[in-house]
Amino acid sequence: MKITPIRASAALQVAATLITATASLAGDYKAGDLKIGEPWTRVTPPGAAVAGGFMTITNTGKEADRLLGGSATISKRLEVHEMTMDGGIMKMRELAKGLEIKPGETVELKPGSFHVMFIELTTPPAIGTPVKGQLKFEKAGTVDVEYKVAPLGAKSASDPAGKVDAGGMGHHGKH
Amino acid sequence: MASTSPLASVRRYAWIAAAIAAVIGAAVLLGELRRSAHNTTLPGAARIGGPFTLTSHDGKRFSSDSLAGRPHLVFFGFTHCPDICPTTLLEVTNHLAELGPKADQLAALFITVDPARDTPEHLARYLSAFDKRIIGLTGTEAETDAVRKLYRAYAEKVPGKDGDYTMNHTASVYLMDRSGALASTMTFEESEDVRRKKIARLLDR
Repeated sequence: MKITPIRASAALQVAATLITATASLAGDYKAGDLKIGEPWTRVTPPGAAVAGGFMTITNTGKEADRLLGGSATISKRLEVHEMTMDGGIMKMRELAKGLEIKPGETVELKPGSFHVMFIELTTPPAIGTPVKGQLKFEKAGTVDVEYKVAPLGAKSASDPAGKVDAGGMGHHGKH
Repeated sequence: MASTSPLASVRRYAWIAAAIAAVIGAAVLLGELRRSAHNTTLPGAARIGGPFTLTSHDGKRFSSDSLAGRPHLVFFGFTHCPDICPTTLLEVTNHLAELGPKADQLAALFITVDPARDTPEHLARYLSAFDKRIIGLTGTEAETDAVRKLYRAYAEKVPGKDGDYTMNHTASVYLMDRSGALASTMTFEESEDVRRKKIARLLDR
């Protein structure tokens, strides 16, 4: 088959559309009026019992909703937590009534702030193996999500962080 | 009796004593002012830190005597901590790596506020992801509590579900100088550059 310029450009267009579709599928989820952006977690030190999960949640609707909890395949439980710093003291608390997402607002779950907490890890998060889970909202219901796994100590989903290989480390750094 | 009454002699001695006290006081104050002029020891620093013995992550007893003459970083945390403790450990790891062999004179102590779960074996496993020079310390609850109090650090158990719990605790890293005095503190909220400078200053003291 001869490839004509028209055919080539059509093929490129299809490819471009596919790439765009895949990109938006890669980390974003919808649950009713809620948009969940790029859930991610990070590698934990060996033997860690807990890990944090992060994402953005945008409420495009007219009513407030609440993130109540959910589950994940890597831990026995999942809770919604808030970390705060108060005069040099790190405080952690469970948001027993969930995390409110007001209409038109985006709430960021990130290190040092709101996060979901994977409690009693059964499988430590590993780079390249997305963590499957479900999030449960008061109104939007339950939605399946996948968390991308970032390196130990990453401050964002795309933070190469770590740097733990930079000298001083023992060979047992890998796990 | 001589011309001086017992009362007058007592009074004279009192004056002399007061004068001596004033001179000593002024000298101490002057020394203190001079010291603080070229030295950044924090007010109240003398009350932070002190001698202790705990168990290190290799299972051996660790005495603070081994820190004599060495600048050291002291921070409190626990391994059931999803965020700030691994982050602080990683930051300290990166600073030590950056300093290279110069960091060998610097000791870094990670003292648990959760000794019930943080056994030496568990600390060893957890710390294997970080710089080998970081020493994990645990002990009986009474022992770790006592050290925490020496550093005026706060810790509080927060009950969760099914008997689970988490800990609220002081997140600052204490920068202790060669003499064992508090030189400064740093937190994960500061920029990497600020932290780097604080550690460099500690090593130069």
